[in-house]
Amino acid sequence: MTTPLLVVKNLQKRFLLGKGWFQEPSYIHAVNGVNVTVNEGETLGIVGESGCGKSTLGRCILRLIEPSEGEVVFQGRDIRMYSKSEMHNVRRNMQMVFQNPFDTLNPKLTIQHILTEPLIAHRIPKEHRQSLIEETIEIVGLSKRHLARYAHEFSGGQRQRIGIARALMLRPKLIIADEPVSALDVSIQSQILNLLQDLQEQFSLTYLFISHDLSVVEHIADRVAVMYLGEVIELAKKEELFQRPMHPYAQSLLSAVPVSDPDEKRERIILTGDLPSPSNPPTGCKFHPRCWACMDICKKEAPVLKDSEGRMVACHLY
Amino acid sequence: MSQLNKTIPVRSSWRRERSLPRFELLGKIMQKKKAKYSFFMMLAIIVIGIIGPWIAPHDPTKTYYEAFMQGPSKEFWLGTDAIGRDILSRLLYGTRVTLTVAVMASAMTFVAGTFIGVTSAYLGGIFDNVMMRIMDVLLALPGIVLALAIVAALGPSQENAMIAIGIASIPGFSILVRGAALTIKGAGYVEASRSIGSSNWWIIMNQLIPNISNILIVYTTMFIGSAILGTSALGFIGLGAQPPTPEWGTMLSEGKDYLREAWWLATFPGLAITIVVFTVYMLGDALRDIFDPKS
Repeated sequence: MTTPLLVVKNLQKRFLLGKGWFQEPSYIHAVNGVNVTVNEGETLGIVGESGCGKSTLGRCILRLIEPSEGEVVFQGRDIRMYSKSEMHNVRRNMQMVFQNPFDTLNPKLTIQHILTEPLIAHRIPKEHRQSLIEETIEIVGLSKRHLARYAHEFSGGQRQRIGIARALMLRPKLIIADEPVSALDVSIQSQILNLLQDLQEQFSLTYLFISHDLSVVEHIADRVAVMYLGEVIELAKKEELFQRPMHPYAQSLLSAVPVSDPDEKRERIILTGDLPSPSNPPTGCKFHPRCWACMDICKKEAPVLKDSEGRMVACHLY
Repeated sequence: MSQLNKTIPVRSSWRRERSLPRFELLGKIMQKKKAKYSFFMMLAIIVIGIIGPWIAPHDPTKTYYEAFMQGPSKEFWLGTDAIGRDILSRLLYGTRVTLTVAVMASAMTFVAGTFIGVTSAYLGGIFDNVMMRIMDVLLALPGIVLALAIVAALGPSQENAMIAIGIASIPGFSILVRGAALTIKGAGYVEASRSIGSSNWWIIMNQLIPNISNILIVYTTMFIGSAILGTSALGFIGLGAQPPTPEWGTMLSEGKDYLREAWWLATFPGLAITIVVFTVYMLGDALRDIFDPKS
């Protein structure tokens, strides 16, 4: 449980906004110095509001987007140094489940064809392919007779199962799930989440689970990292974070989760102001313009993610 | 309850139709009048192109000394030309020549244009920039001028006309294809393929091209139309198929000298070109309507 499978060190991704002849190039810092560790067999949830860099982080780890700086250490080696062919081999162990199942399955291909793709890409011998495909499609809860169909013939939940089957074809170690259930109905969401949990047990998978839905993350994650404007501001075990969030942003985020008990009194913390533009972030702590516990130091000095009471928080309060 | 009964059959028929994409196109062509007629018209022209030499009443290159520049008659339905050859037979033989040149030229454009367009769109960056600037330069010359230059360099013949027309239409075609491929490049399944580790070539062949196949079909059809016009134009100025090969453009040019004395010399080849080009454009137009999601 404690050996790290994936260590992300000081990962940064800047997107070039514009560059003129006589003007300094301007960038958006989508991911700004993220440090996270994912241990083998665990599920690390990553939460944060839209535009905080969650998905960019996931794509940088897979090198779908080339990170600007930092290290991505997978199974003890920095994959950013890898050549194209080495990276190709690593992809066998890192797969991704995407957000929108209506967009990520090619409408012109049969399910059979879609599921064969990873096998062709990684040169699995032809005689093993069919049995692998049939086995995997049944593991995700569909059946062999679905293979001849096209993606449009399936419902959203079924499509996401196909997406999961595709990620599972090569029996990877790490699956990066980028909001895998946010495009689905609530009733289907829980089915897919349970499927993901079953698969984790069966294949001893490690998940990096990106979501904006806190209740989903609470259901599936072991540890949770909260992101704000490209930075991880709190990283803690799920129970600790949900019972006692430390960072003011995490507190406000959690106070927004609806409670099922109508008698329970909870104070809702409502943030004022909008998410600042990542191209022109505030000085000091990036959260300070919206923080109710803002001190003078917050405006000048950016807090670093440091150990506090056995968990990681980036806030001057602790 | 009655509403429920109504909706179920509609849904099941929709499913059956969608689950057979290979026959989907043919089914849709049959549903639309314009598409149906132009499709059958095109089919008829192709059949004539194939069986033309067998149904032609006379030898297209044989001179009938008793019949110079005769008007349409029982013996020679569309008349004879200045050196006594049967125009109908020449037209029938010429269908094959024109169609061969046009289809081969379009096939060339299709293969090269698709390759250039899709790879530039997918690879992007410097490759895309260099390719598209080359295409811009070629596009700056009118297609027929470019084709003329190529024929002038290679020498006038049927094959060279084909090559010239094919090359001259590549720039326009590849730019259209690139635009279509760019929209597909952003789709989730392309990113999914990249995350799986598929090669660029695999992604281009299996993800990009199948999803722009509609556009490719429409553009190729349209380009066949302009290729026929191009073939005839090159034939007209004597740079296409060489006499005595019966070619519509050449026949038109032979007939233009006798417009006042023998109207049938130029009229019938001109009519043939018009009908074929009109049919191809109609078909292309109808296909575009079929594939347009807004219709």
